[in-house]
Amino acid sequence: MTNNRRAAALLVLADGTSFEGEAAGWWDAGDPRPATGEVVFNTTLTGYQEVLTDPSYAGQIICFTYPHIGNYGVSAADNESARAFCRGVVVRDLSPRPSSWRSEMSIGEFLESQRLPAITGVDTRRLTRHIREAGSMPGAFGPVEGPAALSETDLKEAAAAEPGTLGVDLVSEVTTERPYPFGAGRLRVVAYDFGIKRAILRHLGTLATGEVVPASTPAAETLAKRPDGVFLSNGPGDPAAVGYAVEQIRELLGRVPVFGICLGHQLMATALGGRTYKMPFGHHGGNHPVRRLATGQVEITSQNHNYAVAEGSVEGAQVTHLNLNDGVIEGVSCPELRAFSVQYHPEAGPGPHDASYLFSEFERLMGA
Amino acid sequence: MPRRDDLHSILVIGSGPIVIGQAVEFDYSGTQACRVLRQEGYRVVLANSNPATIMTDPEFADRTYVEPLTPDVLEAIVERERPDAVLPTLGGQTALNLAMALHERGTFERFGVEMIGARPEAIATAEDRERFKKAMTEIGLAVPESGFAYELAEAMEVGERIGYPLIIRPSYILGGAGTGIAHDRDDLARIAAAGLAASPISEILIERSIAGWKEYELEVMRDRADNCVIVCSIENFDPMGVHTGDSITVAPAQTLSDEEYQRMRDSAFACIRRIGVETGGSNIQFAVDPATGDQVVIEMNPRVSRSSALASKATGFPIAKIAARLAVGYTLDEIRNDITGETPASFEPTIDYVVTKIPRWAFEKFPGIPDVLGTRMQSVGEAMAIGRTFPESLQKGLRSLERGRWGLNCDAGEALWDGWDDDELVRRAAIATPDRPFQLEAALRRGITVERLHEATGVDPWFLDQIQLVVDERRRLADLGGPGALGRADWKRAKRLGFSDAQLAWLWGVAEGEVRAARLQAGVRATMKTVDTCAAEFEARTPYHYSTYEDDDEVGSGSRPKVVILGSGPNRIGQGVEFDYCCVQASFALHDAGFETVMVNCNPETVSTDYDTSDRLYFEPVTWEDVQNVLDVESSAGEVRGVIVALGGQTPLKLASQLPPSLVLGTPPEAIDLAEDRERWNALCRRLGIPQPAGGTASGVDEAIAVAERVGYPVLVRPSYVLGGRAMEIVYGEEDLRRAMESLGAFGSLGREGGLSAERPVLVDRFLEDATEVDVDAVRDAEGEVLIGAVMEHVEEAGVHSGDSACVIPPPTLPAATVATIERHTRAIAEALGVVGPINVQYAVRDTTVYVIEANPRASRTVPFVSKATGVPLARVAARVMAGATLRGLREEGLLGDPVGGNHVSVKEAVLPFSRFPDADTLLGPEMRSTGEVMGIDATFGLAFAKSQAAAGDTLPEGGTVFFSLADRDKAAGVAVARRFVQLGFTVAATSGTAAYFEAQGVPVATVVAKVGEEEPGGGADAVSLIRDGKVNLVVNTPRGRGPRADGAYIRRAANQHRVACLTTVAAARAAAAGIADRAASPPRVRSLQEYHGAHQLPLPGAPPT
Repeated sequence: MTNNRRAAALLVLADGTSFEGEAAGWWDAGDPRPATGEVVFNTTLTGYQEVLTDPSYAGQIICFTYPHIGNYGVSAADNESARAFCRGVVVRDLSPRPSSWRSEMSIGEFLESQRLPAITGVDTRRLTRHIREAGSMPGAFGPVEGPAALSETDLKEAAAAEPGTLGVDLVSEVTTERPYPFGAGRLRVVAYDFGIKRAILRHLGTLATGEVVPASTPAAETLAKRPDGVFLSNGPGDPAAVGYAVEQIRELLGRVPVFGICLGHQLMATALGGRTYKMPFGHHGGNHPVRRLATGQVEITSQNHNYAVAEGSVEGAQVTHLNLNDGVIEGVSCPELRAFSVQYHPEAGPGPHDASYLFSEFERLMGA
Repeated sequence: MPRRDDLHSILVIGSGPIVIGQAVEFDYSGTQACRVLRQEGYRVVLANSNPATIMTDPEFADRTYVEPLTPDVLEAIVERERPDAVLPTLGGQTALNLAMALHERGTFERFGVEMIGARPEAIATAEDRERFKKAMTEIGLAVPESGFAYELAEAMEVGERIGYPLIIRPSYILGGAGTGIAHDRDDLARIAAAGLAASPISEILIERSIAGWKEYELEVMRDRADNCVIVCSIENFDPMGVHTGDSITVAPAQTLSDEEYQRMRDSAFACIRRIGVETGGSNIQFAVDPATGDQVVIEMNPRVSRSSALASKATGFPIAKIAARLAVGYTLDEIRNDITGETPASFEPTIDYVVTKIPRWAFEKFPGIPDVLGTRMQSVGEAMAIGRTFPESLQKGLRSLERGRWGLNCDAGEALWDGWDDDELVRRAAIATPDRPFQLEAALRRGITVERLHEATGVDPWFLDQIQLVVDERRRLADLGGPGALGRADWKRAKRLGFSDAQLAWLWGVAEGEVRAARLQAGVRATMKTVDTCAAEFEARTPYHYSTYEDDDEVGSGSRPKVVILGSGPNRIGQGVEFDYCCVQASFALHDAGFETVMVNCNPETVSTDYDTSDRLYFEPVTWEDVQNVLDVESSAGEVRGVIVALGGQTPLKLASQLPPSLVLGTPPEAIDLAEDRERWNALCRRLGIPQPAGGTASGVDEAIAVAERVGYPVLVRPSYVLGGRAMEIVYGEEDLRRAMESLGAFGSLGREGGLSAERPVLVDRFLEDATEVDVDAVRDAEGEVLIGAVMEHVEEAGVHSGDSACVIPPPTLPAATVATIERHTRAIAEALGVVGPINVQYAVRDTTVYVIEANPRASRTVPFVSKATGVPLARVAARVMAGATLRGLREEGLLGDPVGGNHVSVKEAVLPFSRFPDADTLLGPEMRSTGEVMGIDATFGLAFAKSQAAAGDTLPEGGTVFFSLADRDKAAGVAVARRFVQLGFTVAATSGTAAYFEAQGVPVATVVAKVGEEEPGGGADAVSLIRDGKVNLVVNTPRGRGPRADGAYIRRAANQHRVACLTTVAAARAAAAGIADRAASPPRVRSLQEYHGAHQLPLPGAPPT
């Protein structure tokens, strides 16, 4: 624990709204540069580490709505990928020290190790309400005193210059460069890595032995591996910017069972003729109610997306799941093509396990 | 699935009197349930013996039975009302046990009543520890190693097999009664014996103690379609070993990783599904090994619980309301989330603040009972606080408790441990007591490490680290030296860690006002955030706020003039649900009259802190600083017409003089002071020609002795400005008086309630022995009309605190002329004080002289009882009058009608917590010790009294042996009572002196008993063994006025421990005899308040805010 005062910091949004705080995490004093990205808020109460290491947050600055972050530290087992892909972290309070038998390092050490800048002491509720009203938008933050100090003008300019995620291919930043194996299950699955989370691989790995392949892997190459099924992973940003993947998916559909999650869902829907759109501030949290239309049952889901499949746009598929808060399409299925996908995260990591049955459905589909 | 149309009429069972372990939270849940069911169009039949509750107001049900909650009575209600269903899951353990009793005796089957919410099978599986553990093991959930025992020898065997330390829990009990931790054979023998006695089925669970593990609770809801959600996770600050009701608890859970939390969530769902709670809420407790993360299930409540109330207030998710809807067939996704107005209730609330609940205890009321916390709950109330961080909410919570502390130390009280060295401090902190959080802060401030404290106490290092932040900040603030040295960032940091202005004022030795002024000057003021169930993801429609120190406010502006109602804070002995009742009634009445009502309170158990009771709710400590913050924000958002301070007991009344006088509605603060200021009050009584017992004031021992010598002993000694007779005592000589004054002096130095100081001197009055005590509740309007709510005659004579005494409407023994005098005096006093609003006046009547004891220009704890007895909504009338209405106007409006009466008698009886404190003396005295009350209502005094006793849990015997042991002065009066019992077919046992007196007067005494430790010629069993052997059915033991009371105390304690009704005054014995006689002549019948009041069905009050 340190009694050293942190440097005052400022977060400025692209619309000019600013928020006071203190600089935390990693800053390069030799090269003072603001942290920039699209600012989104996440409402989960637990699972900050999984969120920070989820590649789907590439290009984004994450604002945690829960004020205390870092309470139980960080452990390697909870990493969702090899490193943090997000651009920065906004919190109300960082725990001085972790307390958990599982913890291997503090949140502060983790941020340093990931070279991840953070701003703490922020009225994150005001920020959240602002984004709720004005939509998620680019922002920039950095210290305004001390060795790495930036001016408010620097931050404003940086926020204005930040492109956001619309039309930007963020998948190429996070996908694996070369294929790698996973799992020890009975079936064979090829998993397209658009930013795949380890929780997904843990689930798939119990039912399949497979390979994670780069996002741009051609369908023919995939089919040549004679998989029982193809999995389309989650990933960051705008599905419309990943047209190359849609092409391949179109070729895979009908030839092999397909299961998509999150970005994978959007890409599959696009391949089926659907259209995607950018939501005002997306869904980022662990408490979204989703109705499974087949049973009427409500499942509480983990979510992380800024884009969604437009209602009525996917003629080739039936809607299987709906978000009860705002009616967003949460799942589609195309039985004749043996393909289905969900917008949310049945693999949890973090979040509830209510929808883990979907992996069994994928298994059945592949077994059939 | 839509609402069930096959049900028309639903019986809701309330939880009865407020007792330790079962408090106001069930008024909150029951009120919500009744309201929802009526809104859904069901005919609601309510049974609850507690008149102080809001749910028993006649508007909340179609038929309200304020009757004893016993199986016989409930069966009579079922037979009379023929409900289609019974909802037993919202009235605590009492309702659950009663429903099970009626199920087992076949009543429900006979009358075709369906149990909704939880079926008997589910209740039995959850409540029976053996079945529960078996069920959990079946589904693969870990439970601590354990065994059951039904007798002592078996208990010893099981205990030895598992190994120490062991925890012993009796089955079917509430609030952990009879529970304990055994470290060796002797402990086990003692605790097991007590546990077997406490369990109604003589079953105890002996299990491996996991004291020191982390303790968690999850609040789960499930619907008919098997949708399950977690409403809230709660982490206990105190590790396993302290009852959760006695623990500081924090929401959400702080130190569980997502992996661990989701595992616990899965287990909770598996548990509720296996137990088979089909609809509604359940509370599931878990323990987690801090070293390995191993989780075990501890227990499950298949009903709405104290924690559900806390979870509802902590998240804004109204568990009871939704549980009621689920019970009648809705599914979660069909129910709208009130707060967002758009999203469904089938979600899991997420919050962006930290909630801390802190219990409040009353150990000072029970001398000789150690203030050590353990597995049986002992607290009498609680405060909850919301802050953006744990330190902020902890400090707010501690000042909400009103224990004279302004936060986590940094005030005069912190000096308590200065005399201990470090080792002693750590050793003390290792024992859980109410002082533990303060001791932890003090220890960290001395430089004792987090590691050492964690080792000693088991408190998670995360919490200790957070306290360390408070310690570090305090050091920085001390170094800064004074308010002038702080910049904006400094102020913000201090306030964000929860420091109150009062703490900073103490730290710097300046006035609180100076701190506030400097802070506001620096631009740092409280901002109001919203509790919205969703961490701001959706817009909140429900204005439920808390203060913190952030960038902006979220309070919307209103168009109607606002009235701020200050609530009564945490429940305590002397200030309970009655005052919440008054505040809630005020809110309903003023809302209906066109005002925007703003509630300020910090008690999570109450109806007042329900977000739809008032137009706006601030969940805030009721202190000057926090109230001022609310007033500042509200004033900037519209017109504040005024503040109501007279309905929430002493808590808000104490603030009256600090508020701008123009804002205090009703009786001016001036008049409140006049009634408390002894000299001016005496002068006023003299001027009005109203007799008072002779007396005077004293700020020291010598003055007190002088007064006592002038007026003559015995004298009644009491501090001013306190509730519940705190530290009040009757003393019979100088030696006693010196001791009493000394103990008051000790309070004073720590700023505790009832302390002695020059500003608040002690009152010393001649005590009128054998006088009849009378209470009057009245309301005076600004035009001078006085409404006498009721004149209540106490059953126990003056000297027993009015809160502990049974009282009766109408007065059973007072002559009409005396009642007229009392009414006349009351009018004169109200007039002379310039009261506008409620006033309570206490009198003592000896022969025909009416002495005034004291007057309080505020609502009293008898207001709800009066309303239920007479049908006059006294609290609503008082609130309206304070806001400017006249009684005439209210009559014209139809709010105020004539009182009903003439054909029924109402008796209010106090309920005392002695079963929780088996070693306490049950003798009643001037210090109030009851936690709750019940009401008996019937055609005669005797019947009503008998009902009140049954409702209080002391059913009067029909026959058998009455044991008398009377003080000399009571013997003459006692003879008549004993004779009456003999006429009723009882045999009499008595101690030697009493027996001799009775026999001389011709009353036959069958058994003469030696006093404990006395050799009685002629032998005879001693009193305690007679009681222990079950040979006594009723005990009448009056204490001698002075001198050693040892034998009496033994008798009363034995009666308490062996659950034999024990009356400590001749008056109560006389009333009991009347009750037994009347009951034998005509068995009591059940009747609803609506029938007594002759009223048509009233609409539900307080339409939810738009």
